[in-house]
Amino acid sequence: MALKGRLKDFGITQLLNLVNLARKTGTLYLESPEGKAFLCFRQGKLIYSALRGEEKNLLTLLQEASKLTPNQVQIIESNMAGKADRDIAMMLVQAGHIKQRDVASSMHQYVSDQMYHIFSWQEGTFRFEPGSLPIQGKMTVSIALENVIMEGSRRLKEWERLQDEVPDLDVPLKFAERPTTPLRDINLTVEEWRVISFVNPQNTIRRIAQSNNMSEFQIRKIAYRLLQAGLVEFVHAPRQAVVHVKGDALGRKGKEQDKKAVAKPVAQRRPAVKRGLIHKLIDRIREL
Amino acid sequence: MQTLKIVVTGPFSSGKTELIQSISEIDVVSTDRAISQEAERIKDATTVAMDFGRITIDEELILYLFGTPGQRRFDFMWEILSEGMLGFVVMVDSSRPETFREARRILNTFKNYSPVPYIVAANKQDMEDAWPADDLRIVLKVSPDVKVVPCIATERGSVKEVLLELLYSILAIMDRDETT
Repeated sequence: MALKGRLKDFGITQLLNLVNLARKTGTLYLESPEGKAFLCFRQGKLIYSALRGEEKNLLTLLQEASKLTPNQVQIIESNMAGKADRDIAMMLVQAGHIKQRDVASSMHQYVSDQMYHIFSWQEGTFRFEPGSLPIQGKMTVSIALENVIMEGSRRLKEWERLQDEVPDLDVPLKFAERPTTPLRDINLTVEEWRVISFVNPQNTIRRIAQSNNMSEFQIRKIAYRLLQAGLVEFVHAPRQAVVHVKGDALGRKGKEQDKKAVAKPVAQRRPAVKRGLIHKLIDRIREL
Repeated sequence: MQTLKIVVTGPFSSGKTELIQSISEIDVVSTDRAISQEAERIKDATTVAMDFGRITIDEELILYLFGTPGQRRFDFMWEILSEGMLGFVVMVDSSRPETFREARRILNTFKNYSPVPYIVAANKQDMEDAWPADDLRIVLKVSPDVKVVPCIATERGSVKEVLLELLYSILAIMDRDETT
């Protein structure tokens, strides 16, 4: 079943996050005022991406990376006309014209750059076709989406979006209970490490910013990146009842307490219900 | 006579009223009004205060189902409705990804009201564009110990499954609390 939607409702970052966490295989088709593109994923990893009308073949990429001269490209093209990129790469490596790692790094760079270009698209539609991989004969790579998300998010500048995703700076962060990726596999900036070192259920995001002398914009950007990469989570603690205790100017407690203002602790707000009643509910609903 | 309450919440047009209508033994006491805002004109009427359904368990026990208004401007009603609830169901229209962010906001708001068990109902699974429940779990950042149940709110059998899953979750939490 294809997943469809609009990018303004469900952005690129969220899509990549979904593909990554669900370890999806398939192709994401994007149509935006900026162009059309498709991204291919295998088991949650980005293996190919291309902008419609701007696809480059392997030889062009190797020439742009100064791994082949224009003359070499011309000769190879004339000798291997109609051959798929994968066959050309195999021939070049076997003949010793180029190293396998150069092919891999050129493709990695190309696919990543296409991806980061697409990252800025905020208008348009998307469609994810599970299982479909239109990459016959193409060179593919395998790029972990955590790093793509981190880098793409670094390039995302929209303040409004950040405010939407991290609306409240007065909540703490905690490390994800089941981090999807070990920390060692992720490239963090110095600023991100500084924030990571303060992540603790006792520290609100605002407090972390103050401790690191960061602006709201900076801390929102970093918190957003860490959240999207699945490294940290908000601590959604149940609201604590405010207990008003009258005291003197030094803060010493007075004798009089405003008992009406003393709310029940949150844990006591769960209704006291016996198991037998729940079993009655279950039996009755089964009968309906 | 003892009464128990389950709250059904979720974004605008996620299927809360339909779910209650499908299972309630009385005609749902609904407070629908004609849609006034153009942007929300995807259905003819919406709930502005609450929906109210009832299931009589026996002579001494009644289960009430309360549906919250889905539009954000009526969210002052949410906390009132959540008082004393046994648990809650977050309805999500699986075919409208533009509502997922709002669903996440509502889910977190209700979690903060009360530490009661809850489940997510991935509604409208009969629609061609419906996202699978497993994907909604990721999108809504639902923790692994919370159930995300596929649902078609207009089908009584499906609604029964949703309520039963919530009740099983309540039992599981009772078991956990007893052992700790």
